[in-house]
Amino acid sequence: MSTTVGVVVFPGSNCEHDVVEAVTGLGAGALLVWHGDRSLGDVDAIVLPGGFAHGDYLRPGAIARFSPIMSAVSDFAAAGGPVVGICNGFQVLTEAHLLPGALQKNAGSRFVCAPTELVVASAQSALTCATDVGEVLRLPVNHFEGNYTCSPETLAELQAEDRVVLRYVNNPNGSMDDIAGVCSAARNVVGLMPHPERACDPLLGSEDGRRLLRSLLVAAGSRIAA
Amino acid sequence: MRFPVLVEVRLRPGIADPAGATIQRALPALGFDGVADVRVGKAIRFTVEAADEVTARRQVEELCERMLANPVIEDTEVFLGETADIR
Repeated sequence: MSTTVGVVVFPGSNCEHDVVEAVTGLGAGALLVWHGDRSLGDVDAIVLPGGFAHGDYLRPGAIARFSPIMSAVSDFAAAGGPVVGICNGFQVLTEAHLLPGALQKNAGSRFVCAPTELVVASAQSALTCATDVGEVLRLPVNHFEGNYTCSPETLAELQAEDRVVLRYVNNPNGSMDDIAGVCSAARNVVGLMPHPERACDPLLGSEDGRRLLRSLLVAAGSRIAA
Repeated sequence: MRFPVLVEVRLRPGIADPAGATIQRALPALGFDGVADVRVGKAIRFTVEAADEVTARRQVEELCERMLANPVIEDTEVFLGETADIR
């Protein structure tokens, strides 16, 4: 049985089809899930894609976290299901309190849109379980609010629990501790600002995103097997 | 009773305010040399129906906490009733 990834579509999401293309390219099934639905259907993993959910009004993710589908996403995460938020999806996960911290405006008031190098800081997460710590991945970033911030206590907790999963080699946005991605205490919810789905074909300059998305499929698959 | 409300959302001390910094950098070019400490926030106005002012304020504070501000990076100040009207 193949793994099916549910990709949540909010009004204003714009990376959902890239995610579908990327995961189907890895042999998985994909299902677009409308934000107004209350049920996720028969999926093994969830991706909240990039874009501008609800126009980013108020704050990125602030309205999206109240979309009807988010109750189902929270339940899925609480049951141990792998959930990944990419870029705007990461912002939604922090607003929904499924991940700690917040994404504030980039240092220097700069929108960044560039390839970045990332180091895998922890291979113990739903998005990095098939990678190696220290591995360098090249993925694009494309955001204005990607500057990860949290309280000193939360940062200490993330570090002590090995929950920073990806760090920038050259920090593009002022993010605390060079954080590009973090995971939940149970390690099944992961948020990251870079776009793995945009680095899945040599034509796009990098295939490193496949390393991460393959990890997600492995995480989903091992859950099915268990 | 229906109470007018103004919620001011401010970035918490220590949180970078690139919009404020950008405005401040532009001011000397316009001849405003004495302006400093520019911080950009949001003003959100609405009205709320409640039995009394205490109840109204409690509702607004819950709304602030759950939606209007992100407590990781923002603080809020609530002006309710006459104080909301004046401002």
